[in-house]
Amino acid sequence: MFELLWLIPALPFAGFLILAPAGSKLARPLTALIGVGSVGLSAALAFAIGIGFAVSPPPGYAYSQVLWTWVSVSGFRPEIAFYLDALSLTMILVVAFVGFLIHLYSSEFMADEEGYSRFFAYMNLFVGSMLTLVLADNLLLLYLGWEGVGLCSYLLIGFWYKDPYNGYAARKAFVVTRTGDTAFSVGLFLLFTSLGTLQIQELMQRAVQQWGAGNGVAVAAAALLLGGALGKSAQLPLQTWLPDAMAGPTPVSALIHAATMVTAGVYLIARTHVLFALAPPVQAAVAIIGAATLLLAGFSALTQRDIKRVLAYSTISQIGYMFLALGVGAWSAAIFHFMTHAFFKALLFLGAGTVIISLHHEHDMFRMGGLRKQLPVTFWTFLIGALSLSALPLVTAGYYSKDLILLETWESPAGSPLLWAAGVAGALLTALYTFRMVFLTFFGEAKGTADRTPGIKMTIPLVVLAVLSVAGGFMEMPASLGNVHVFTDFMHTALPPVRSLPVLPGADLMLEIDAALAPLAGIILAYIFFLYRPRYAERLLNTTPGKLLHRFWFSGWGFDRVYDRFVVRPFLWFAGVDKDDFIDLPYSGLIRISRMINGALIRTQTGRVRWYAMGIVIGAVLALSVVVFR
Amino acid sequence: MATVPMEYGLILAGVLFALGLIGVLVRRNIIFILMSIEIMLNSAGLAFIVAGYRWAQPDGQVMYFFILAMAATEVSVGLALTLMFYNRHKTLDSDAAGRMNG
Amino acid sequence: MILLWLIIIPFLGGLLAWRSSSVNSVLPRWISLAALALDFILIIALWVQPGFVLSPPGGLMQAGGGMWIAEGNWKWVPQLGISLHLALDGLSLLLLMLTVFLGFTAVASSWTEIQERVGFFHLNLMWVLTGIIGVFLSLDLFIFYFFWELMLIPMYFLIALWGHEGRFYASVKFFIFTQVSGLLMLIAILGLYFIHGRDTGVYTFDYLQLLGASLPPAAEFWLMLGFFIAFAVKLPVVPVHTWLPDAHTEAPTAGSVVLAGLLLKTGAYGLLRFVIPLFPRAAFEFTPVAFVLAVIGIIYGAVLAFAQTDLKRLVAYTSVSHMGFVLLGIFAWNEIALQGAVMQIICHGVATGALFILAGSLQERMHTREMSRMGGLWAAVPRMGGLALFFALAALGLPGMGNFIGEFLVMLGTFRVSAAAAVIAAAGVITATVYALWMIQRVFHGPVGFKGEIPDFKGRETFTLAVMVIIIIWLGLYPRAVFTTAKPALDNLQKAVTVTETAGKQIHDGR
Repeated sequence: MFELLWLIPALPFAGFLILAPAGSKLARPLTALIGVGSVGLSAALAFAIGIGFAVSPPPGYAYSQVLWTWVSVSGFRPEIAFYLDALSLTMILVVAFVGFLIHLYSSEFMADEEGYSRFFAYMNLFVGSMLTLVLADNLLLLYLGWEGVGLCSYLLIGFWYKDPYNGYAARKAFVVTRTGDTAFSVGLFLLFTSLGTLQIQELMQRAVQQWGAGNGVAVAAAALLLGGALGKSAQLPLQTWLPDAMAGPTPVSALIHAATMVTAGVYLIARTHVLFALAPPVQAAVAIIGAATLLLAGFSALTQRDIKRVLAYSTISQIGYMFLALGVGAWSAAIFHFMTHAFFKALLFLGAGTVIISLHHEHDMFRMGGLRKQLPVTFWTFLIGALSLSALPLVTAGYYSKDLILLETWESPAGSPLLWAAGVAGALLTALYTFRMVFLTFFGEAKGTADRTPGIKMTIPLVVLAVLSVAGGFMEMPASLGNVHVFTDFMHTALPPVRSLPVLPGADLMLEIDAALAPLAGIILAYIFFLYRPRYAERLLNTTPGKLLHRFWFSGWGFDRVYDRFVVRPFLWFAGVDKDDFIDLPYSGLIRISRMINGALIRTQTGRVRWYAMGIVIGAVLALSVVVFR
Repeated sequence: MATVPMEYGLILAGVLFALGLIGVLVRRNIIFILMSIEIMLNSAGLAFIVAGYRWAQPDGQVMYFFILAMAATEVSVGLALTLMFYNRHKTLDSDAAGRMNG
Repeated sequence: MILLWLIIIPFLGGLLAWRSSSVNSVLPRWISLAALALDFILIIALWVQPGFVLSPPGGLMQAGGGMWIAEGNWKWVPQLGISLHLALDGLSLLLLMLTVFLGFTAVASSWTEIQERVGFFHLNLMWVLTGIIGVFLSLDLFIFYFFWELMLIPMYFLIALWGHEGRFYASVKFFIFTQVSGLLMLIAILGLYFIHGRDTGVYTFDYLQLLGASLPPAAEFWLMLGFFIAFAVKLPVVPVHTWLPDAHTEAPTAGSVVLAGLLLKTGAYGLLRFVIPLFPRAAFEFTPVAFVLAVIGIIYGAVLAFAQTDLKRLVAYTSVSHMGFVLLGIFAWNEIALQGAVMQIICHGVATGALFILAGSLQERMHTREMSRMGGLWAAVPRMGGLALFFALAALGLPGMGNFIGEFLVMLGTFRVSAAAAVIAAAGVITATVYALWMIQRVFHGPVGFKGEIPDFKGRETFTLAVMVIIIIWLGLYPRAVFTTAKPALDNLQKAVTVTETAGKQIHDGR
């Protein structure tokens, strides 16, 4: 069974290889069949392997499959090899399954678009790369998948290539994430140079053997890997690309910029958690960055008009939660939140996509409204997704995963009440901006008419994801609520549990109640401000600090401006002035000088015999006088 | 036998050479330029003979034969060129052939 | 003897192509292809020779030792110690394969572009290739210099006769740069010849005999510098790179392909084969300077590539950036970095050659290289767009393609020697991303900026570029063949350096 592991990433790649060269000649249904089918088969295979893993786990709860030796140079021997354990299994299940649903959705969503086969080719390439990333047995192969998904992100954001803004957004995404990736690659150099391998498991063992906690090299290596993770997962200070990435088609945003690729940074840190545990300062930085990001992005989400940008900031914010969890050592909680987030965020994006397409590509929430009646299925599923994102207590998956993070943030020795407070404040913000979006879009008076209702291929993914957004949480419940630990127990075969500090009896429950109240409060506030008495919100906005804050948050805390001022413009300026290459100047100068001398000498060539004879005479006189008078 | 002092001979040669040179430089007519060159060659020959006479060596006169031969060939080639020149430019003004300026 | 044939075949092929043009204008093309095919068969025959790939010959750095796949040594002017000494090891073999392969693509890419003086064009093209093959095979410095200069003249004609608007300026600039630097090398060769002769009494130009020469440090430095400058101009290294954008831009497509794909590589080959093995101590003292030049080249080339508006000029500047990696890898001088440099040489040759073919085809169709007059071409020519995208991604070092393996190994190997150089080089990858994506944006994406019909690639062009795509992917995912072929050669070079170094040390300690 496990021998078929390689097929999981290979199938989508095969789909890409068929569609990329020949796609434009194939009929659309066939294109869709290949595009959706390859991912579907891959997902089915992932399920089969998952069941096999659960029924008869391989020894040590890990299975690795070597395909061939990629490079073999003087001790540097990365292999094309896949590694399956609880962590990567969870990842491939989510990636392949959510990926399949989104492909299915896209086959209808993109039906009227030019470049249908191009779209599916890129999407297949993405899924293949993402699966390679999570299954990679060594960091170099992981890097291959890592860059591959970055590439697909670029290609798909810029899918509608005729609009230069889309191209700009696509390039921005690729360049910003590649900035982080450069740190990542330097991290690989450092790890290989000091430990002599890039095979992840071996690397972790050797790291523990050679480095104590807080070792300088370990800290440097972890910090460099973190750089890569920050870029890909859109965390401070490299988060600026994600809101712009919404220029791509909505299913792309759902798949790449919400459910899967952007969580690659989370996966990387979880995968190399041993290294991060050896570098406490870096791990603390992860937690702080996560907490700061989740708050900053939450505030920005609150001010957006574009429904997709709200979701984009929300994604940044939710990944902030995952980073917070990673930073306090709650590895399993981070992955749990990754999973539930993948369900509900994909659901929300697909719902938003349905809304957008039914309103002729209208993105502005202030021009929507009252869609509850016109798009009932979309509304109910979107509402479930929104509730899950807001972490409505007890019944949603988002609640259980967020609650687990908050609880462990408090309990972990690496955590602190301050981080916990940031998390709770973030939960309130999340509920506030989420229901602002829900109320503006679906409630109130109708401002447009939805004249395209989603068909079956778009509805099925919405419903399935809605079910998962609720049910996905029940596999992990805190002690006070049923005490189910299926997910973490499974995950602990690959990731160590949190070493909790002893908590005062009853404190658990207090924490949970606090964490449960925050979303409720957020929803109520949203109701007051955006549905019941919108005037309040307007009044708040019209004060001077309100205006300033609004503008500041709307622009994403001014990061873009700073980068533009200090990085982009100097680069452009230099490129502009040096287009003709300063270094060529001395050579051109040399040319000019020889031309000048040449010009002067040309003048002496008059073509007159007498002139030449005179020259001979003067030369002879000079030569003789030198001889005579010396 | 009264001998002419060598200096006189050399001065005569020098004067002749200067005359020829000035002729070459100032005349534009090719025939005159050729004639002036002829004078310069003969002045050089004279200087050889005077010097040979002074040292009682035959070399000076031998050299004069060479110069004579060379002058003859020079004049024949030069006159041929002059004919060609005249055919082409319908003039004997050397400045008319200024096409080889830089 | 087979090595001599490798040189003679393209030489005669060129002559034949030239004469045949009076018959028919397609004949020279087929004759050139046939000559190249014959050469290619010979090279492949050498490559698959039993026992070579599997058991790398160990061997000392002695003439007739087991280190060569094939060797031939004919006396030429014994009085002066000049012999026709040719030899082939894994390194030369890889470069020869690259040469012949790019020769094919050069002929194919000029199939419709060149319509005037077809025969003479192919004569020049084949003779450039002859010179390059000779450079990769020569083990006698005199012969090496001969072939080195032989490359220039036909290349000069290729640019000056079939180039674009500014071809005269570009061809003269190219010629003067390479000629002056070549003369410096000649002086260094003669210096080495006389110093070695004076010390040992054996006056010879033979590489293997000169290899162990122990030179006074000052002399070693100056001789090394002479060689280094010659190769640095070809490579090119930053302050002496300015001939390259002009020459690449103005040359016809085949000329650009040969320039970028092969002529630059002769510089890298020279550094690998001659500079470091002949003058190891001076070269190692020079390493910091070389590193600084390399990283400046990587960043500066990439920034200037971004700044260009002329498509071919942009691609030309990317070569400056990529060859910086090669310089870095060579001077890092450990196996990982050297293998990376070899890989980078090959993949850069293929990928940049492909980009020049694309740029040339666009120019042939649109009669402009100005990117501001392009834009939105994807809709019209999706096949060209997809291929351009692929090679742009190869240029920015996307994993899964051979260029990534090359750059990564270079940086990995350099990191041990100088972490700072590796880190700055890694930052160059970001700038590479910027120019590659900007190029795609301005040419293929964005609003349609060109009116008129542009035909997409047909079979011949698609086939040529598809083969190049396959090579890049193959080397990106399964590069073992290159490593095993190059390994014995690189091992021997490294061994030679250690031998020379210790010998030098003993002599100097003894004094």
